[in-house]
Amino acid sequence: MAISIESLSVSRGGVNLLQGVDIELKNGQAGILRGPNGVGKTTLLRALAGLQPVETGTIKCSLDDICYSGHADGVKPTLTVQENLEFWANIFGSPSISEVAEKFMITDLLNSKVGNLSAGQKRRVGLARLGLTGRQIWLLDEPTVSLDETSVKILGNIIKDHLLEDGCALIATHIDLGLENKAQIIDLSKYKATSGKLSNSNEAFL
Amino acid sequence: MIALIIRDLRISVRAGGGFGLSLAFFFIIVIFFPFAIGPDLDLLSKVAPGTLWVGALLACLLSLERIFALDFEDGTLDLLVTSSLPLESVVISKALVHWLTTGLPLVLITPFLGILLGLQNSNIIFLIISLIFGTPALSIIGTFGAALTAGMKRGGLLLSILVLPLYIPTLIFGAEAARRGIQGFETQNSILLLLGVSLLSWAILPFAAASVLRINLR
Repeated sequence: MAISIESLSVSRGGVNLLQGVDIELKNGQAGILRGPNGVGKTTLLRALAGLQPVETGTIKCSLDDICYSGHADGVKPTLTVQENLEFWANIFGSPSISEVAEKFMITDLLNSKVGNLSAGQKRRVGLARLGLTGRQIWLLDEPTVSLDETSVKILGNIIKDHLLEDGCALIATHIDLGLENKAQIIDLSKYKATSGKLSNSNEAFL
Repeated sequence: MIALIIRDLRISVRAGGGFGLSLAFFFIIVIFFPFAIGPDLDLLSKVAPGTLWVGALLACLLSLERIFALDFEDGTLDLLVTSSLPLESVVISKALVHWLTTGLPLVLITPFLGILLGLQNSNIIFLIISLIFGTPALSIIGTFGAALTAGMKRGGLLLSILVLPLYIPTLIFGAEAARRGIQGFETQNSILLLLGVSLLSWAILPFAAASVLRINLR
């Protein structure tokens, strides 16, 4: 089992968002998180990535296998694409960036400064980091933002390849990535927390 | 860790990276001082160690906010936390880069500025030694302050207020070491205490800063 979540509750800013979340993903399987804005998709993904504490429940997955990709790309505008990718490749200890650059169609851009790229191109550079980490579980938060149709298709194919290599992905998105039968749609609105404020929250002091 | 250091050094020397800001600020303070005080060389050389130390401290303060703010805003910090790099070594790298781009240039420029303030050549060495031992403490304490205010927009004011009291021991021992050296007293005690402040800060604060960052990222 790649990810196994049992009766998980998460909160943000002292307000309960989700409770009793149960998700199980096997290797080679993807989960698509659906739900209206503010339901807690990002919070759930951040909790899985270990960026924020959970209220109750258990998460079974190794933190060392997780690659998180949030709203922000984490690329520096004053560095070139190549320099940005090399940095992440060094952090995650993977040697070659040319292969990944080709996959994400940014080979032509390698020598341009990220500050001069369009939003969609910048997004692709940010997503290319996924290929560099060599990690099994991808947590993607709205990966398709500012991508055009072709890029969305390419991203879909990259995720499919990743699943075929026994990887696993949990994706918060409103757009169809073309993963069809491999994806399990998880509607988070049914886990919406009933009680609002946390009783013992000291979030205001943090 | 080395990759992070190289990347940050690269960013800091590119356009808008902030390298040179502290240096220019330090330069301006020390150049304006003789104009304000007047041509009394005797008086100038008396206030020189204090002036240079306060100048270095303020110049250091100026660049602190950038340490984590940019990485926080563009999500790099989130990604670094989820990588296998321990957050403590991220903090150490950041502090080291801050010292390399702020503290070290300040030390290197001091001999020239010492002349402006009427210091004898043989006395400048005391200033350099005290700054070499003291500025690393300024960098790591500042990095801790930057970690505390990382999540805040425009946290600069709060950062200064938090960090200034922590800078006082370094300032006292640093300026004292330089002053005693210049007046011909023995300096060993002050320099050892200054070194102690630096080493203690580098030993403890990376852990404190890392745990504060974890809380700020929630």
